[in-house]
Formats: sequence, structure tokens, C-alpha cells
Amino acid sequence: MPGSIKDRVAIAGMGCTKFGERWDASADDLLVDAAYQAFEDAGIEPGDVQAAWFGTTSSANTGMGLSQPLRLQYIPITRVENACATASDAFRNACYAVAAGIYDIALAIGVDKLKDTGISGLGGAQPNPSHVLAPESTAPGNFALLATTYFSRYGLSFDEGKHMIGRVSYKSHKNGALCRNAHFQREVPMETILNAPMIAWPLGLYDCCGVSYGSAAAIITTPEIAKKLRKGKEPPVFVKALQISAHPRDGKYNQKYDYTHVESTVRAAQAAYKEAGITKPRQEINMAEVHDCFSITEAVTMEDLGFSPRGKVRDDIENGFFDLDGKLPVQPDGGLKCFGHPIGASGIRMLYEMYKQLQGRADDILNPGMPSRQIKNPKLGLTHNLGGTPDGCMIFVGIVGLEGA
Amino acid sequence: MAGIVSYGAYIPYYRLPRSVISKAWGQPGGRGEIAVANYDEDPISMSVAAGMDSLRGIDPKTVDALFLATTTAPYKERQNSTIAATALDLSRETRNADFTNCLRAGTTAMLSALDAANAGSAKSIMVTAADMRLGAPSGDNEQNFGNGAAAFLVGKERVIADIEGSYTISEDMADTWRAHDEVFVRNWEERFGREEGYSKIPIEAAAGVMKQCGLTPKDFAKACFYGSNSRAHRALGKSMGFTPEQIQEPLLDTVGNTGAALPLMILVAALEDAKAGDRLLLCSWGNGCDAIVLKVTDEIEKIRDRRGIKRHLDIKRTLDNYEKLLRWRGTVPMEAAARPAKSPTSMSSLWREHRSALPLYGVKCKKCGTAQLFMDFASTRARVCLECFAKDEFEPYRFATKKGKVASFSHDYLALSQDPPNTLTVVDFDGGGRGSFEMTDRDPEECQVGMEVEMTFRKIFFDKGVHNYFWKCKPARD
Repeated sequence: MPGSIKDRVAIAGMGCTKFGERWDASADDLLVDAAYQAFEDAGIEPGDVQAAWFGTTSSANTGMGLSQPLRLQYIPITRVENACATASDAFRNACYAVAAGIYDIALAIGVDKLKDTGISGLGGAQPNPSHVLAPESTAPGNFALLATTYFSRYGLSFDEGKHMIGRVSYKSHKNGALCRNAHFQREVPMETILNAPMIAWPLGLYDCCGVSYGSAAAIITTPEIAKKLRKGKEPPVFVKALQISAHPRDGKYNQKYDYTHVESTVRAAQAAYKEAGITKPRQEINMAEVHDCFSITEAVTMEDLGFSPRGKVRDDIENGFFDLDGKLPVQPDGGLKCFGHPIGASGIRMLYEMYKQLQGRADDILNPGMPSRQIKNPKLGLTHNLGGTPDGCMIFVGIVGLEGA
Repeated sequence: MAGIVSYGAYIPYYRLPRSVISKAWGQPGGRGEIAVANYDEDPISMSVAAGMDSLRGIDPKTVDALFLATTTAPYKERQNSTIAATALDLSRETRNADFTNCLRAGTTAMLSALDAANAGSAKSIMVTAADMRLGAPSGDNEQNFGNGAAAFLVGKERVIADIEGSYTISEDMADTWRAHDEVFVRNWEERFGREEGYSKIPIEAAAGVMKQCGLTPKDFAKACFYGSNSRAHRALGKSMGFTPEQIQEPLLDTVGNTGAALPLMILVAALEDAKAGDRLLLCSWGNGCDAIVLKVTDEIEKIRDRRGIKRHLDIKRTLDNYEKLLRWRGTVPMEAAARPAKSPTSMSSLWREHRSALPLYGVKCKKCGTAQLFMDFASTRARVCLECFAKDEFEPYRFATKKGKVASFSHDYLALSQDPPNTLTVVDFDGGGRGSFEMTDRDPEECQVGMEVEMTFRKIFFDKGVHNYFWKCKPARD
């Protein structure tokens, strides 16, 4: 029987840079900014870090990509790469090391700087010499498959389906407008979303998240040390569940896959709920940051996580269930839609939002003059990453919460 | 004696009215239309399409050789016919050859195949002829040239048309030519080639073969001969002594002048209407002439299921956009797409996979019976069953000839494509198995979940001197 991480480690401090097209900043700049914010928040010195897990997909190959800019001295550092779950997996490994009692204080940090390549969208060379076998495809092309088949299976007309996914992006932009760390900080009217140019039919421009730079960091320690470090400040945040599920990547070859859900999200979520002792996620989870690389991804993820019944997410989306003032706010900071997606950093950026909300500090990064973005008394928050394509992906589902939740 | 055992043909889906080209260049007129290969087609892919048509109901492994004829071979060094043979799933022991550089290459390949069958060195030889010649923009050739392919199986058993005789004249008359590093075909003054060559040499060859066989023009049901323009073609038939009814229509206003493939495509059209006992004359043209006399047998009734010329003529879509053709042929330089550069195509990886990838083999699990494709970034060879997890318990299973239904699709405007949007498609094959392919020859508006598709061998891309071939799906239209 697998064990459980629940309440065995805690987050003592976090940091997160402004995300965006940071032409002004190098990956090193972003790492230093995120790490030092986290050190300050936790009340520790860089020299207190005993080990680090460093997530990046394209900004470094080894742990030295972190030790060099931070001048960390001879400590163990593992570079982690697991597609869009990279940062979350760095966090997960750091948690396990602390839970195992090997280290007292570990740093999990992620960064990516994807736009110095001169291309829009995700770049990077293929992992193997290019071959004729895979059809030409892009991320939007692959995720659009979910929309095509979801609409078809549940009998949604193009306009109905388009409105459903458009409403996802509308909500996220509304949230992102409140957050000064976001790449895109403006509301977008439904009409603009629905009439935007097609990127990969049926996904239009506003159904796709952006690509940006950013970095986020977490200091992971034991519950005892975390409480000591945060004495007189907001409480530490406890880790309740950490699950990774590697899909066998057979969806493109197995007729059983239906292209209306993501099986590894279902599996990782079930494992995470078991680990955290959650039986009614729709009621018990208070907020979530999920992998909305595309609007349709967020829509089916709501079903895969058990937040909405199968085939019924449209009702919840259109009724505002996932809005910031809804029963289960999703993407309270605007999500990938508004932060963009520096792959190696996104997972910890999501945790940062949960951490701030759980501590009641969401307005630390409020856009000046905007109404409060603080969710009322959240106890449990969920984060989710999807790395790959719907038919083959790495999934992370994590749950964090306050002590005793 | 050896004869023709099977035939097949291929005409690309897109037809460009000549008036569209005329209009682009501010020229008057333009009669009929030309068949234009899609951006992902070339003489190898069209040979495979025609070859598959000729193989209906025939095991590809029974073919002993592939002779591929074209003047526009994608490769100058690398055997084009062996790429096509591999895609067609012919045996590794086939003796393949490229017949190139001459408009007569198709009939020369056929005569060589007949010789091989008669000599007994091969029992079944496939002959394909396909061409994609380019005329310089705004010139006569551009409007004249069309694209297409024909395929024949030659052998001694179940012969549908016996060969009664042949007669060849070789003459270095350069009425058209193209040097090895040139893109567009050149011509000498048309009158010269017509008056001294086309209107004399084929008559000499036809007379030669008729004399050899003791025949006169009235003994023929149809005369099938090359022609680059309708008027000269009619005049030649008349000079040979044929009535207008005896002259097989030369496809010039429906397909265009398909070069080395044209005489063989005209022959396929004639065979589609031929009855047992009909005698046919075939004449090619190009640096001389091959004249061949065929006599149809009653076996022909058994292979009426080919798409051939007639059905392919009906499967079409009008291209009303000349700029698209310029893009497809690489005639105009295009803005480079802002996508990551491709790493070089790995020849070792291609070689490792080509026996499974090029003929589109998947596997069938011997334990649980599940048909499955496996297409990792660089491998097609599954080791562990996706259903029952049995290891190395597979038998080969070919998907190329299976139809399927669309499980999902998207139209991607961001992906690299010469015919955007790129239609990424997930295909569920009849009989099991799923694969992900680009869809080609499609109108984005017609795509639907559940629509029926078939597989087609195409060039996926050309990069750093390498033509990359693999399979795509296209709507099933018959």
C-alpha cells in the first residue's frame, strides 16, 4: 500500500515573479527574484537550504542552472523535467525528501524562458531526430481534438460549445485583471472571445493560453520548523496530497479512448483524494488552479476532477460555479490563460496562488484600485498540471490546505 | 507469351481550369482543365496510388519487380522505385528499376517488363508511370502539363491483354528537354518537333508493328497514343489511317499532358471500355517511339473494380486559386513559418523503421487479437501489447488498405502546412486499431466525427535534401 504525504511536510515560504514577456529579464534574474522572495517570506537565508529540486524544460540542463545564479554552495540539486508537470514534480520530490527525514529545509523552484527563440507558441527541438511518422501537429491542434469530440458526443452545436469554452476564458480574464503578477491583466468581453481568429478549429485565440516567462519558488520543511519559522505571521500551508500519473500515451492508438476526457487526470485525482481523505471533491475542495492551456482542457478537467458530473460541465461553467464568487473558484489568479505558461514554473505558480489564498494574503498581489480577490476562508486548494496532449500526458494533482483541514 | 494482367490509375483530386491560369497572367481563353497533384504528392506517391489500384484483390507479395517510369523522379541518387515498392508492400526480393529522363519511359518500362516475363526471370512485374513536369509560369507548358499515373501488372497468367508485337524507334530529336539542374521543361519551336518528329516517327513505328503482325488500321478497336495537343493528336490519328471513332480520347482537356504517364493512362481508359477480342494500338512519343499491339482477352471482365481513369475523373474538386498551385510547387518563395526548425531526418531511424512504416504495418496481438499501430517519435515497432501487455507476441498487420472512421479532428492554422489549416485527424480503423494522421485532399467544411476515410501514401515534407514519405488519410469518396 502506498503511504501518504498528508500533513508530513509544510510550505514555510513562497515567491513568484511577475509573469509575462519579460524581455528585460534572464532566466537567472527570474530565479533570483523568486527564490529570494521565498527566502524572505520563510525568514531563512539562502545558506539554510539543504537541497533543491529545480524544474525547467529549456533554460538549463543540470542543477547548476540553479546553483550558479543563486551561488548555492555544493548542496545537492536535481534538475527536473516532466513537461508541464515539471515544477509540480520538483515540488513533489522536495516534499518526499523532507518527509523522508533526509533534509529539514528544501527548495523547489521552477523557471522557463521560452520566448528568446523567435517563435510564438511552444518551441524546442524534438527529442529524437525528426521522423516521418508523427503528423504535423501543435499543442492547439492536439487539444482542439477534445473540443471537436466533446461537442459531438454531447450534442452541442458549434455555437453552444464555443460559448461554453469561451465562458471559461471570460472568467479567467476577469480574475487575471485583478492580479498584478499576471501576464494579461484585462477583462475580455465574450463577444471578442467568440469572434477571435481561429488558431486550431474550433479553438480561437482566446481559447489558448499565452507563452510567457516567469519563476516561482517554495520552501518546504517539516511542520515543526514551518510553524517556528512562521510564528507571528500567517500560518504555514500543509501538503495533503501529491500525485503524478504517467499516461501510457496510447490514446492515439487505442480506440477505447474517447477524446472527451483525460484518463490520467481521473487516475491522479482519485489517488490524490484518497491520499487527502476527500470523498466529495465538489463540496470539499474550496478552490483550484488547473491546467487551462486551452479553454476546453479546463472544461473537461472539471469533469475529470469530479467537480462536475460527466457531460454536464457546461451548466456549471455557464452558471458561474467556477467564478471567483462562485461555489468553487477555479483559476482565481487568472490561470495559464492570464499568466501564460513558462512550463518549468507554472506548477509552483499555481501553488503560490493557493498558498496566498489559504493564508488570506491574496490581495498582496492585487492590482491597485481593484476589488479584493481574496476567497473567503478557504481550507483546501487543488492544483493540476497536464503535460503532453489529451491522448498521452503527464498529470499532476496536488492538494494543499491549512493545518487540520 | 506475356501480357497485361492488371491495370490501375491515379488522377489527383484537384483540377485547375486552364482559364484560371490564363486569368492570372492576363491572357485570353484557356480550354478545359488540368489535374494538379496536391503539395504532398509526387511521382513516387502517385505511382503508389496507381499501383494500389492495380493490386485490388492481388497479394503484393506475388509481385517480383517494380519498374517505375517518370521524367521527374524525386531522387537522382536513391532508387525511387524501391521507395514505391516498399510502400506497396512488395517483397524485399523484388528487382526494381527507375526508367527516367524520357517521355517514352513508360512504354519502355512496359516493354522491359514484358521481356523479363517472357524470359522467365520474373513472373509478375509492376510497371508504374507518373509525372509532374513543370512549365514555367505563364508559358504554354504550364497550361499543357497535368499530373497523373498509371500502373500495370505484367505476367503470363490471367492475362487481360496479350501483346502481339512491338516496334521501337530511337531518335535523338530534342523537341523538349530539361538539363539535370533545371526546373522547367524547355522546347524548340513547336512546328519543328511536330513536323519532323511527332507527325512522322509514330507513323513509322505504328506501320512497323502492324506489318510485323500482319494488321491494318481497320483491325484495331482503339488507337492509344501520346499527344501534347488535341489538334496534332487528331491529325496524327488520321495520318495513321484511323477513323475518329478509333482514336482513344487523349485526356488533354480533363487531365492534361501527363508526360511519361500519358500513353499508359490513355491505354487504361481504353481497357476500361474494351471487350474480349478488341485489338489496341499503343504509341508513345519522346526521342523516338514505342509502338505496341495488344489484344484483349475475356479475363478483363474479372478486374472491372479498378478506379482507373473513369472513376478518378469523377473524384475531383476544382481549384480556383492559382496562387495555391504556385505555393504547392515551390515556384514562389514563401514567408517561413515561425515554428521550430526541424532537426535533420535520421536516415538510420528511417531505415530501421521503413519495413513497417512505409507499407503502414501495425501489429495484431497473438494473445488478445487486438490490432494496433505504434507510432512513437521514431519507432513503429510495438513491443508490448496496449491491451493485454503481452511482450513480443505480435504478428504483422497492415493498415494501408483498411478504411476507417474519424474519431476526432482539428484544423490547425498554427502548424506548418502548405495547404493550411493542417487537419489533424484521429482515425479508428475498421477491424480495430487507431492512428493519428494528417488529412489531405479535404475541404475543412466536410470534416465530421464519424466520416469515412481511407489511407493515402504522401510526401510529408522535404527538408535538407530528404523527401519524407508516410501515410495520410483522405475522405473516402467512392
